[in-house]
Amino acid sequence: MNRLRYLPDVVTLEYDAAKCNGCSMCLMVCPHAVYVMENKRAKIIDRDACMECGACAKNCPEKAITVRAGVGCATAIIIGKLRNTEPSCGCDEKSSCC
Amino acid sequence: MVLQEAKDKIYMTKSETQKPVSIAPGCCSAGNPIVNLSSETIALRPRPWIKDKMTTSIGEVPVVHTHLSFSDIIGIWKARWGFGRMHFRIEPGLYAVGQPTENSPVFVSANYKMSFDRLRSQLGRIDGWILVLDTKGINVWCAAGKGTFGTEELIARIKITGLDKLVSHRRIILPQLGAPGVSAHEVKDRSDFRVIYGPVRAADIAAFIQGGMKAAPEMRRVRFNFRDRLVLTPNDLIANLRYFLPAAVVLFLLAGLGPDFFSADRLIKDGMTNLILILTAYISGTLLPILLLPWLPGKSFSAKGAWCGLITVALLGWFLVKNPSHMPDLPSLVAWFIIFPTVGSFISMNFTGSSTYTSLSGVVKEMQVALPLQIGASVIALILLIVGIFV
Repeated sequence: MNRLRYLPDVVTLEYDAAKCNGCSMCLMVCPHAVYVMENKRAKIIDRDACMECGACAKNCPEKAITVRAGVGCATAIIIGKLRNTEPSCGCDEKSSCC
Repeated sequence: MVLQEAKDKIYMTKSETQKPVSIAPGCCSAGNPIVNLSSETIALRPRPWIKDKMTTSIGEVPVVHTHLSFSDIIGIWKARWGFGRMHFRIEPGLYAVGQPTENSPVFVSANYKMSFDRLRSQLGRIDGWILVLDTKGINVWCAAGKGTFGTEELIARIKITGLDKLVSHRRIILPQLGAPGVSAHEVKDRSDFRVIYGPVRAADIAAFIQGGMKAAPEMRRVRFNFRDRLVLTPNDLIANLRYFLPAAVVLFLLAGLGPDFFSADRLIKDGMTNLILILTAYISGTLLPILLLPWLPGKSFSAKGAWCGLITVALLGWFLVKNPSHMPDLPSLVAWFIIFPTVGSFISMNFTGSSTYTSLSGVVKEMQVALPLQIGASVIALILLIVGIFV
């Protein structure tokens, strides 16, 4: 995965260490090892690896993390623009999906 | 929708209340937000993956095979090629593997059959329960992103199935990639069940259980290695046809145009050349990013794809140098040198959705640059092709 790095300095991930209770849930759910524990608190060590899936924010009981979660999918963004909605894979009961 | 409701009822238990429970509207805007809990009993339909049924405190629960049969594997193969992928589903509800008891672990999965198959095929030495959520036939990660593999559905499905009466403990094991849709602390507050996030890949489940429900760091990381990308190839080839077919029709018909307005002979001769060229651009634009992704220059997918187009068209140029009799007129030559990188760029940009590491913000950013360039390049190429016809 080391060679597969996406654009730097783009993600909307924000984290307030002051609110952290040290549960380390964010470390567990992050698929790209964005966090580590340091002095019983989570710390972001690889922000650019974040893919904005939103798992950490959703599972932070202290609401210390915010991120604009969404799918990093050009097709979804195109469909969203055409339908004037949020990015959507366009999968409903009938059509196909990413 | 009626069918889905009927399926919903298949594995419900007698013990449920009559009150409808609202679940998340979820991925499909047309989806049914209400789950009707007023079911009568579990009806077992014959399914090849269901081995048996067992009687439990909450009624009969189907026991599933932990070996994938030939028909399961054919089903996975078909889904990879996009045939009936949106109907590759199983009924939501509770299933058993082995001979589980009230103390056995509970694994949660999606009702995309491939997700379910991947899970059960790894549970050969484990006695446990599988709780299948209604994700409208979408895999765990995509459904979590949409919220159908989510807090509301999980809590509702626990109630509908009577899981709280079936097991004496209060732990459920979710795939880690379900986490974007599920709030573990909210599930704990509202259902008393503690969510334990298992490994990303089902293949690591046995090791995860043996390790005392602890995942090694490597088990928590999503990969996108050669094999991961390769299995996406057929589906991408099919999915991108929606862009390829209109382009192919336009380029084919364009070849018939000329000073005499339209010529069937030219349509056949030059039209076929155009078709072969655009097909080459399409196949190479789909395959090369999949094969070469880590080694292509640039970080944005549109740039990587443009390089793929350049590689192909460079080979084409080399062929023309060796075979000058095939050399087209200059405007057409330039047009095709523009079309190949453009097609590669566009297809590769759409590959972001299949990849496992692109962020929404990143894709928006690269599209703001790439899309105008791709559209501009396409217009210029089209003009050049028309110019080529009349010079």
